[in-house]
Amino acid sequence: MNFIIQFVNSLTSGGGGYQLLNHIINGISLGSVYAIIALGYTMVYGIAKMLNFAHGDVIMVGAYVCFYAFNAMKLPEPLAMCAPLLAVCAAVVVCTLLGVGIEKLAYKPLRAAPSLAVLITAIGVSYFLQNAALLLWSSSPKVFPSFFVIRTTDADGESVVLRSVQLGAVSISYVTIVTIVSCVVIMLWLTWFTGRTKMGKAMRACSEDKAAAQLMGIDVNATISLTFAIGSGLAAIAGALLCSAYPNLVPTTGSMPGIKAFTAAVFGGIGSIPGAFLGGLLLGVLEIFAKAYISVQLSDAVVFAVLIVVLLVKPTGLLGRAIREKV
Amino acid sequence: MSEPILKAEDLNVYYGSIHAIKGVSFEVCEGEIVTLIGANGAGKSTTLNAVAGILRSRTGSVTFLGENLRRVPCHKIVGRGLALVPEGRRIFLQMTVEENLEMGAFAQPPAGIPADLEKVYDLFPRLKERRKQIGGTLSGGEQQMLAMGRALMSHPKLLMLDEPSMGLAPILVEQVFDIIRNLHSAGSTILLVEQNAQAALSIANRGYVLETGKVVTTGAGKELLASPEIKKAYLGG
Repeated sequence: MNFIIQFVNSLTSGGGGYQLLNHIINGISLGSVYAIIALGYTMVYGIAKMLNFAHGDVIMVGAYVCFYAFNAMKLPEPLAMCAPLLAVCAAVVVCTLLGVGIEKLAYKPLRAAPSLAVLITAIGVSYFLQNAALLLWSSSPKVFPSFFVIRTTDADGESVVLRSVQLGAVSISYVTIVTIVSCVVIMLWLTWFTGRTKMGKAMRACSEDKAAAQLMGIDVNATISLTFAIGSGLAAIAGALLCSAYPNLVPTTGSMPGIKAFTAAVFGGIGSIPGAFLGGLLLGVLEIFAKAYISVQLSDAVVFAVLIVVLLVKPTGLLGRAIREKV
Repeated sequence: MSEPILKAEDLNVYYGSIHAIKGVSFEVCEGEIVTLIGANGAGKSTTLNAVAGILRSRTGSVTFLGENLRRVPCHKIVGRGLALVPEGRRIFLQMTVEENLEMGAFAQPPAGIPADLEKVYDLFPRLKERRKQIGGTLSGGEQQMLAMGRALMSHPKLLMLDEPSMGLAPILVEQVFDIIRNLHSAGSTILLVEQNAQAALSIANRGYVLETGKVVTTGAGKELLASPEIKKAYLGG
């Protein structure tokens, strides 16, 4: 959380009128990570009608895979630029398989079970992943590498590492830029996928009515697997981005962002893809603002208080729709 | 009479411990309209769902075009040419009319879809007007047309309709039965489940009367329509 404290300090030391802009940019950056995680939550909820509480821990696994893959890679100089990308790809592959595997082993046998049983299983999977990570990778924190930097040489021939760009008085780190761009690209891709492709439309059909979808010839089990694959792949990307901004990696790294992203998904209207995006961004900005202007300790309380107020006024979330039935 | 394309033999379906369908057998021949009629809870919809693979019969068999469907998973059945328009229409309310129709063609090769869409739009011009509208905004009658059009997108060799007139105004009921008659004269084979026994029997070649999970009477549509018992039980005297 050094990142945040740094901002609070710079606020008191007087950063000028650009402070607000800085907070907004950092809020959007954090919110983008929440949005990417929330998209996974909301898609799985939309189709499997279950809250996959192990989703946050898939993020953690993704971050670890990314960490080890990056450290193991010894690429010659011109290719070294690609190392972060390859590491993220490795994490996406592992998490996609993990997500599909979890669904097959833990959730599929419970397809006909009451939702409470599925929920408890999801919590069980979450603990399982955290403890497996503890055994495999120990509890000692790993310092996540700085992925998004530019290594260059200055005028005197000294090698320097650039971490941010300076736009007037506002400095934007490369991590921030990559995070926001990734989130927008993912959102656009998902919109295209669910709106334009055959499998994407089948996914929407399944989320509305599984029996009717089957009558159309849609393989519901395959569609659910695909949803878990996409959601878990996104979780891996979120893990890499999250740990690039907050480089402290431990087996419980995923739980708090997971809960925040779940909140973001509910905030935006669970089941809705644009809702997850909007909810994530708003939650991120809200959190940074609460940390900057109210209190670092109370920031989570402020965020959750706003959530409660929103749900009191609009129980389906910002973009959620109440299910209407026409007879 | 030609060889039956659908043959259901000794179906027994249970909901938990409730024995809903007790040894139902029936058959449908090519080019026929066959109707299953009966009161609420007689097991008409359950029978259709067992044929479509949504529910499974514990015993007996469903044979369609010479193939036993027992081991065929539900989502593969529509590709075999057996389409069900489910009770309550069950269109995708948050998808557009055109997307609903595309879902109907899910098991079809994509190249033929534009031509099939045009065919359905010719049959139901109202759907063409509303092609970009969300399914949930359609009226009940339009939703029924959409549900039927969606099923036709799969090139069914047998079209099963479950209570197509349910909840519709009398004028729309008439329209729905006109559509069924038109589909039939265009060569479709139809298995129709109806509570509106009068209308169903008047267009059907043959009918089966179900009562508490059993077939109690069977015969030609006209015969059943004229039978005093049927009149008394289902046609209001």
